[in-house]
Amino acid sequence: MSESKKEIKCVIWDLDHTLWEGTLVENDEIRLKPGVVDVIKELDSRGILHSVSSKNNYDDAMEKLKEFSLEEYFLYPQISWNAKSLGVANIQQNLNFAMDTILFIDDQPFEREEVKSAHPEVTCIDASGYIKLPHLPRLNPRFITADSQKRRKMYWDDFNRKVEEDEYEGPPEAFLASLDMHFVIHGAVEEDLKRAEELTVRTNQLNATGRTYDYDELNAIRLSDKHKLLVCELTDKYGSYGKIGLALIEIQEEYWHLKLLLMSCRVMARGVGTVVMSHIMQETKKAGKKLRADFKKTGRNRMMYVSYKFSNFKEVNSDEDGNILFENDLSMIQPFPPYIDVKIY
Amino acid sequence: MELKEKIRKFIESNLVVFEDEAEFSDSDNIFEMGFVNSLFAMKLVNHIEQEFSIEVDNDDLEISNFSSVDRIVQYIGSKKEN
Repeated sequence: MSESKKEIKCVIWDLDHTLWEGTLVENDEIRLKPGVVDVIKELDSRGILHSVSSKNNYDDAMEKLKEFSLEEYFLYPQISWNAKSLGVANIQQNLNFAMDTILFIDDQPFEREEVKSAHPEVTCIDASGYIKLPHLPRLNPRFITADSQKRRKMYWDDFNRKVEEDEYEGPPEAFLASLDMHFVIHGAVEEDLKRAEELTVRTNQLNATGRTYDYDELNAIRLSDKHKLLVCELTDKYGSYGKIGLALIEIQEEYWHLKLLLMSCRVMARGVGTVVMSHIMQETKKAGKKLRADFKKTGRNRMMYVSYKFSNFKEVNSDEDGNILFENDLSMIQPFPPYIDVKIY
Repeated sequence: MELKEKIRKFIESNLVVFEDEAEFSDSDNIFEMGFVNSLFAMKLVNHIEQEFSIEVDNDDLEISNFSSVDRIVQYIGSKKEN
């Protein structure tokens, strides 16, 4: 299998002889590898998350991380005596990233092989390479946006939301209502473009076409009066999820043509997917046009396909590459969910 | 449990409005009424596939097959016959 070229979203660290020198359970003197803190902080500032998959006693290892003031950098740390591939799988599920955006670093060939055999798409590297991580192209995102700098905090917020959701006793709608969600849709301004490009690159599951657009293309679209470029932001009582959605509409004579629609998978469980779709349908109807939409099956975006079909889009035509042209007669538009306050600017 | 009841139970456990506001008949369009969210569509398809051991083809992913309790029952019935 060829190595993925995708940007790395998360680095998973082994601890003994990788993050630090020495073996914790042997009561060795534990010292962090030289420069490793700088590596972690540098990647963190680029919006790349860190986690741990290590064979150790959980409490002892967390205690040690706390001593080094590194605890806050590691999301969903997996420290147990189970196979490390299980830890990697847990982290992947919790972060909801694709396997080919994960990098695993460990000093032992056996552990790297074990992870690789269970998850062939994970990039595995030897611990000796840690100092070079910031120089690897796949760990250098093209832009560092306000959203990427806040990413770790946003994932900690997600963690706290999950804890509360798990503990919540009562019907799911009451939990959603308790979050006090606000969903804002507005036309993209220049500051949004880096994040918009980032969204087209990072989003796979909830992406209608899988097409990426770069900054200059998006800026030309933003300034064109033949297009609408919409950005969505979601906040709740914990804070902002950031700019999590993007829609690109081409205005044609007879149709509004939705060229791109995507939504960060972080908000999947919030049931906000139809909000922007309903908004676009309402606006198209108001403008007296019909609505068309491009879709491309990518093997990862069936959920998006279902969303289109359940929003009453019908296939006009399709080809063998999985490109689909949808049309919607706007006869049925879902109302916004009652538990979300929607604002449109 | 009867098929119809099973479907109704599943929908009721996934409503996004409070139960006392959510009276719906077997023929009401639950999507138009705003009782369910975007996530529900995918959940419903997965649930039907697992619970009734059928595969929902892309061609069948029409909202008209899933918009009410009656329609879902009808759809499952037609799949089971084949």
